[in-house]
Amino acid sequence: MGVEGIGARALRKEDKRFITGKGRYTDDIVLPRMGYAAFVRSPHAHAKVVSIDARAALEMPGVDAVLTGDQLVADGIGNIICGWMIHSKDGSPMNMGAWRALEPEIVRHVGQAVAVVIADSQGEAKDAADAVVVEYEELPAVVDPIAAMADGAPQLHPEAANNLIFDWDIGDEAAVNAAFEQAAHVTKMEVHNNRLVPNAMEPRAAVADYNEAEEHHTLYTTSQNPHVARLVLSAFYNIAPEHKLRVIAPDVGGGFGSKIYIYPEEMVCLWASKRVGRPVKWVCDRTEAFLTDAHGRDHRSEAELALDADNKIIAFRVKTVANLGAYMSLFSSSVPTYLYATLLSGQYDIPAIHCNVKTVYTNTTPVDAYRGAGRPEATYLVERIMETAAREVGLSPADFRRKNFIRSFPHQTPVIMCYDAGDYDATLDAALKAIDYDGFAARKAEAASRGKLRGIGMSCYIEACGIAPSAAVGSLGAGVGLWESAEVRVNPVGTIEVLTGAHSHGQGHETTFAQLISERFGLDTDAVSIVHGDTDKVQFGMGTYGSRSGAVGMSAVVKALDKVEEKAKKIAAHLMEAAEGDIQIEGGELKVAGTDKKLTFTEVALAAYTAHNLPEGMEPGLKEGAFYDPTNFTFPSGTYICEVEVDPETGKTAIISFVAADDFGNIINPMIVEGQVHGGLTQGIGQALLENAAYDENGQLITASYMDYCMPRADDVPSYQLSTHVTECPGNPLGMKGCGEAGAIGSPPAVINAITDAINNNDLTMPATPEQVWQLCQGSMKMAAE
Amino acid sequence: MTKVAMTLNGKKVQADVEDRTLLVHYIREAQGLTGTHVGCDTSQCGACVVHVNGKAVKSCSMLAAQAADAEVVTVEGLAKGGDLHPVQAAFREHHGLQCGFCTPGMIMTAVDMINRYGGNLDEKTIRHELEGNICRCTGYQNIVKAIKSAADQMSAMKTAAE
Amino acid sequence: MYETNYHRAGTLDEAASLFSKSDDPKFLSGGQTLIATMKQRLAAPSDLIDLGHVPEMHGICEDGDAIAIGATTTHSEVAASELVRSKIPGLAKLANGIGDPAVRHMGTIGGSVANNDPAADYPSALVALGATVSTNKRSLPAEDFFTGMFDTALEEDEIIVSVTFPVVEKSAYAKYPNPASRYAMAGVFVAKHKDGSVKVAVTGAGQDGVFRVAAMESALSSNWSADAVADISVSADDMMADIHGSAAYRANLVTVMAKRALEAAG
Repeated sequence: MGVEGIGARALRKEDKRFITGKGRYTDDIVLPRMGYAAFVRSPHAHAKVVSIDARAALEMPGVDAVLTGDQLVADGIGNIICGWMIHSKDGSPMNMGAWRALEPEIVRHVGQAVAVVIADSQGEAKDAADAVVVEYEELPAVVDPIAAMADGAPQLHPEAANNLIFDWDIGDEAAVNAAFEQAAHVTKMEVHNNRLVPNAMEPRAAVADYNEAEEHHTLYTTSQNPHVARLVLSAFYNIAPEHKLRVIAPDVGGGFGSKIYIYPEEMVCLWASKRVGRPVKWVCDRTEAFLTDAHGRDHRSEAELALDADNKIIAFRVKTVANLGAYMSLFSSSVPTYLYATLLSGQYDIPAIHCNVKTVYTNTTPVDAYRGAGRPEATYLVERIMETAAREVGLSPADFRRKNFIRSFPHQTPVIMCYDAGDYDATLDAALKAIDYDGFAARKAEAASRGKLRGIGMSCYIEACGIAPSAAVGSLGAGVGLWESAEVRVNPVGTIEVLTGAHSHGQGHETTFAQLISERFGLDTDAVSIVHGDTDKVQFGMGTYGSRSGAVGMSAVVKALDKVEEKAKKIAAHLMEAAEGDIQIEGGELKVAGTDKKLTFTEVALAAYTAHNLPEGMEPGLKEGAFYDPTNFTFPSGTYICEVEVDPETGKTAIISFVAADDFGNIINPMIVEGQVHGGLTQGIGQALLENAAYDENGQLITASYMDYCMPRADDVPSYQLSTHVTECPGNPLGMKGCGEAGAIGSPPAVINAITDAINNNDLTMPATPEQVWQLCQGSMKMAAE
Repeated sequence: MTKVAMTLNGKKVQADVEDRTLLVHYIREAQGLTGTHVGCDTSQCGACVVHVNGKAVKSCSMLAAQAADAEVVTVEGLAKGGDLHPVQAAFREHHGLQCGFCTPGMIMTAVDMINRYGGNLDEKTIRHELEGNICRCTGYQNIVKAIKSAADQMSAMKTAAE
Repeated sequence: MYETNYHRAGTLDEAASLFSKSDDPKFLSGGQTLIATMKQRLAAPSDLIDLGHVPEMHGICEDGDAIAIGATTTHSEVAASELVRSKIPGLAKLANGIGDPAVRHMGTIGGSVANNDPAADYPSALVALGATVSTNKRSLPAEDFFTGMFDTALEEDEIIVSVTFPVVEKSAYAKYPNPASRYAMAGVFVAKHKDGSVKVAVTGAGQDGVFRVAAMESALSSNWSADAVADISVSADDMMADIHGSAAYRANLVTVMAKRALEAAG
């Protein structure tokens, strides 16, 4: 591979196993005597569990056990928790209802598990699960969050009157009200952010193995953060103390947030393995994934933007109702609050913002963080109302945005965030140029000659990534710190293992983390291994989400590398009888500046471990650890512009071109960053055009398979034109901001703004299905005729 | 239970399996080749694509018994000796994979596509031909690039050989 | 999937005999619908009789002024057939748009026709082209064969052996796919027969499966052009409605797809 440092388009070290079929995912793991779990799930959205009769199932071939919620509760397995406390504006804590991994009393969403069958084969387990007879007494269900808050609506949890979880505020309401009274123009709109299903291509899976003699559990599972899983399983769910529980997340096939959480199924496998005395495997099928993986988004918002006579924004007022589903998932409370309302300032200098958020229980699958988590909802709201306001006041969308851009940093917004660096004009300029904005009118006319409606729309997004500092998030209610750890182990032969608490499930850490070492010591990336995803191997770490592996995880590696470098230089100086300050590292060698004296990195490493000749008092070895707690969020930003063509006869939207100009700060591997953006944009376009988790009024998920839930395919999206502009992030040693979520955050409003421009009708909601667009075209044509 | 025999990646194999066993489970469980994946229940995602008698099929939509006596090739059977198949190499070269889960199916679909189209593959055709393969990570752009590059390279090699 | 017993038939007679000896059997062709249905535990046949190895059920041949396609001929074989492409291009185009490449390698014309999924493509071609369905017992005109959604004139133990399509003067198919499943939300097959008659058959949209549009047929008889059908609409009352499209939207798609098929037919 050679030396490939920061900025190199290094090909991925991990690829070979994936392209040859040698990846090792959880479902690939087979243990001796392994049994298979199949869950018995509620067909009802809301019902009392009257009785569970497992007699017939237990008689079936291969069946080992049928376990229920009563047994789980009797064994002291804890309720599933939400790890971020939010207080309502009246000071009361959020109203969290009890969530059990197997529900003994009342099921609250379709697909909730009430029992599990353990059998010799997956087929036998599924056959027997079908034969478990559960008697339910159906209760009225509610799926709409507004309806759920109404008096007389079906109640999900006794703890939450009117299904209200919390009623939370941010910003200065009085200042906002005062500004609105002075406004020269007010733009109002209602915006619905559609519910999505994350759909990592690898379904969740677990293999749990209890060793009775050692009283030790091993869990192989599809996790983005195995240490957090172990902590929660130990501290809250009483599975086992941490030192008696090993969690391994091997190759994981995508996460997008959905594999952060510790779900009922993984807990039950651990518990069941001990109960039945054999390893237990569970592999989610896609329909189960639709019913039980945490969903994303699902906000209904009213927004008002106040402008002065010069079209400067003077205030922004937002009211949001967030549907959290039937239970509070692990980080569900943080998503519509600190990951959402704190971003409502966008890229704009807005003196006053107020946002009220009500979160609500409904008889639907729990909702939690999904790629972007709160920031896509904020960006969609801000960028749609910006576009709408620009049209209302007759300014070009770019000019109106420019008029309101933040241009000096640091910038304190009225909603907590302090933006550290950015250049919003630069990314807007780059995007306008890339799409040839000035040539749009001609392209529109040409499209019209073919009977097509062409439109263009933009989105200037900002997001907050990395997530931290720990003390700050702690004061906002987080139950954990959001630092990251690293250990750099130099072996006696000079090869290096980096143990990181971050977890790769597609992000390419095995390559990019190795580039840091290659850069620092001039070593071949093949001399570096990245170890992650196993609590027995790696020190406690926080995992991968929130675009944090670079800005936070790599920063921890850098800190550890600093220590390794310092010690290596000390040893080299001692061995070469030079001053420590004269030692330079270059091309895998430690040299004494201005002389021809040098030692290879390997020689220094070996010296550290033979310990025959170390400086007085120095410990042997060359291995250092570090924990990095960031000083602030990072703030990636950029401009996306989308050009579409609508076929008015069918309502189908084709994306003709899409340009992205991003500022991610410094970039380790542009190839991998581009890949992240391509994927994020496609998920965002999926949200805008195709994807929607739709429930009927009884709480049945109508879109519970790929037959009805429309995943973006290759022919739904274009080839994107990307560019980056760098303003360094001052908050971390690498100057990085993060790139994992930007595409999904920034793209939906660009697409929708383009379609509303094309059809000249702003009354569009996501997803912009062909039928919806066709209906709006019919309306527009009718209006034109009148 | 039925004894199902086939040629898998050039090797004659057999196993006693339930008649309901899908080809994908036969490959993964009875034969221990776990490169072929299951990503959905409705035969849309394409993570399970293998070649049966030289043609790409979804191994989750076919019984193992239907493939009895057939020649089956999985992603593990593409590389010859230590040499990656050009499509495998192109996926790496162009960053056509991230989490790797859809990758085996993508690669098998790509090889089949190139077998049928040779060098006559343009971006639009490739995107259309990928209708039965879903990737959640890459946004497809680099997959399309990888397939185009491999198709061009393979057709050039073929021309050179002729 | 529930357990089942798999049998591979080598001849039509063997298939019929295996069928008669089983409790609750089903014939298996490409399996692209049946296996999926069984996986969802929505079908649980005691026995599956695989027809994929019966030689007389497979292949494409010219039969006078018609093309006969064996029931187990796959969609990809129909799409790739030079004979079909040159004589009935609309049929080749239709076959090339079913499912995805891997599905087309397995799925068969006989399986599709026997299942008569209201969103399947083939029924529209059979009806518009006036095809004949030949079974191990009899021959039936397509319009008598399709009797409603998922319903055909086939008897339980009857096996489709081939489908014969008359060569027509012009043919084309246009479909608007469901964005998620890619099945037809409206698929329109137009055929101008050698005797001058015109047939227009629609799949995916109607509540009772494939149907003909008499108003379009008569307009096209005198004026074979997209303009002739541009203002002819079908009644939304007879259309399917689901989350992907209302009845009114599907009715609109029928007209639009008819226009596009005619543009393609030339």
